Amino acid sequence: MIDRETVLHIAQLARLGLSDEEVELFRQQLSSILEHMAILREADVSGVSPLAHASRLTNVMREDEPDPSYPPEVLLANAPDQEEQCLKVNAVLEES
Amino acid sequence: MSALHELTLSEAATLLRQRQISSVELTRAFLERIEALDERIRAFTLVTADLALQQAQEADQRLQRGEQVTPLTGIPLAIKDVICTKDIPTTCSSRMLEHFRPPFNATVMERLQASGAVMLGKTNMDEFAMGSSTEHSAFFPTHNPWDLDRTPGGSSGGSAAAVAAGMAPGALGSDTGGSIRQPAALCNVVGLKPTYGRVSRFGLVAFASSLDQIGPFARTARDAALLLQAIAGPDPRDSTCSPTPVPDYTAELTGEIRGLRIGVPVEYWEAPGIEPSVARVGQEAIQRLRELGAEIREVSLPHTRYGVAAYYIIAPAEASANLARYDGVKYGYSYRDTSDMWEALDKTRQYGFGPEVKRRIMLGTYVLSAGYYDAYYKQAQKVRALIAQDFEHAFEQCDVLVSPASPTVAFKLGEKLSDPYQMYLNDVFTIPANLAGICGISIPSGFSEGLPVGLQILGNAFAEATILRVADAFQRVTDYHTRRPSL
Repeated sequence: MIDRETVLHIAQLARLGLSDEEVELFRQQLSSILEHMAILREADVSGVSPLAHASRLTNVMREDEPDPSYPPEVLLANAPDQEEQCLKVNAVLEES
Repeated sequence: MSALHELTLSEAATLLRQRQISSVELTRAFLERIEALDERIRAFTLVTADLALQQAQEADQRLQRGEQVTPLTGIPLAIKDVICTKDIPTTCSSRMLEHFRPPFNATVMERLQASGAVMLGKTNMDEFAMGSSTEHSAFFPTHNPWDLDRTPGGSSGGSAAAVAAGMAPGALGSDTGGSIRQPAALCNVVGLKPTYGRVSRFGLVAFASSLDQIGPFARTARDAALLLQAIAGPDPRDSTCSPTPVPDYTAELTGEIRGLRIGVPVEYWEAPGIEPSVARVGQEAIQRLRELGAEIREVSLPHTRYGVAAYYIIAPAEASANLARYDGVKYGYSYRDTSDMWEALDKTRQYGFGPEVKRRIMLGTYVLSAGYYDAYYKQAQKVRALIAQDFEHAFEQCDVLVSPASPTVAFKLGEKLSDPYQMYLNDVFTIPANLAGICGISIPSGFSEGLPVGLQILGNAFAEATILRVADAFQRVTDYHTRRPSL
């Protein structure tokens, strides 16, 4: 079972704001979903290596050939806010 | 000649090449069909009518000159809104990307454009492809053309419904756990999930990167083969895209499946939740394949019962990492009513994502977090290896495997929304193929009380030609795929 504190901790790790209703909803739903996941413990995985990828190859590498990049205004066209061809964000460090 | 919107992609391509119809006429016919029907079905998030007619004109010029003509030249298509289209909104049916216009085309879009295809518009989906009913679209649900009170399945429900309703002769979708095959089954169209690495994922907005694959929807296996032909093959921008040569898929459509070994995985037919009428239709389809000379044999995929649980750990885990990029800084929705960086980040994600996406981010973050990683994520990855081994063993004895694509027919809108795990169980037959990275196709195989039932044909890695051959052989002796909903 997942408690309220765990939900808040996970939400913080995910940087996901949640309303009080969502905290309670996810507490119930995640608990219920994870109960179904318990079936995995029944699988005999002794000696089995984890499979991260279904790809049948290692990475396919390409030649490292320089290509023109995008002009800044194209990449900034979707930016919520910008200034002097930079993304504008809130202050990261507080003034002391 | 039947009405233009009733043509299959192959039929339309022939008429275009013979100059009996023009791409502009064909495109206009589908745009009119969308205009007439989509108010009720809501398959499209965006109809790009002007662009479509412009592309159709260019295609007509190519056809007139007889230069660079491919089977897709002049063919209008619908594109799932998870595939990046340069300067055209690509929303993933999310508030987060409602106004996002990608500065580039997905590789599949470049290839379709090079082949002279026409884009009709972008199709609705479960937000970020997370869902099995298209009800998790942040904008509106899509309705199943066979019964407007029911879902078309998902997450590529818009693409499936568009083809089913004759609003497009073909479409692209994406399949992470069944998101092409399940809606194809529920809407009576063909939907193909290629082998992992067969089609470039460059420009496919990432959900679960080890599982995602783009694939086609169409009315016939032949049409799906033509679409796959156009989009398959290596791409320098996707390091997981395979250099394995792409065969000539339509050349393999011989109609001949005598002696082919078709496996029937017993676990799929005994799965809890499979509707008896769905199983019956599936058994009838197997009988047709037997009559065509295929050798039917039972096989076991013993770890099937762990598939849904393993998938709903692995996919949300990957999603929680992939969706970390939505921070309100570079693009997308951005909460601005604060000067606090952390509050802005939390609220951007709180208001930008819908409930199912949040649920999966939470679930994925949980199973990756300290103390739970080994018990959940690592265990799921080991089970994934066992599921992949099941298929390796099965394909030593069989050429393809067949099962229903979905345990049920299309369900009512709202029916499964309140219980997430019930919704997840829709994917029980489609998930294992994604976990193992093999290919699969769903084709129309009959009806249960007027609602379509799809047959899933699974093939080994890069055996698309084989599953298409079986699908095509089945369609030569059945007419389910020619039936249309009354709209």
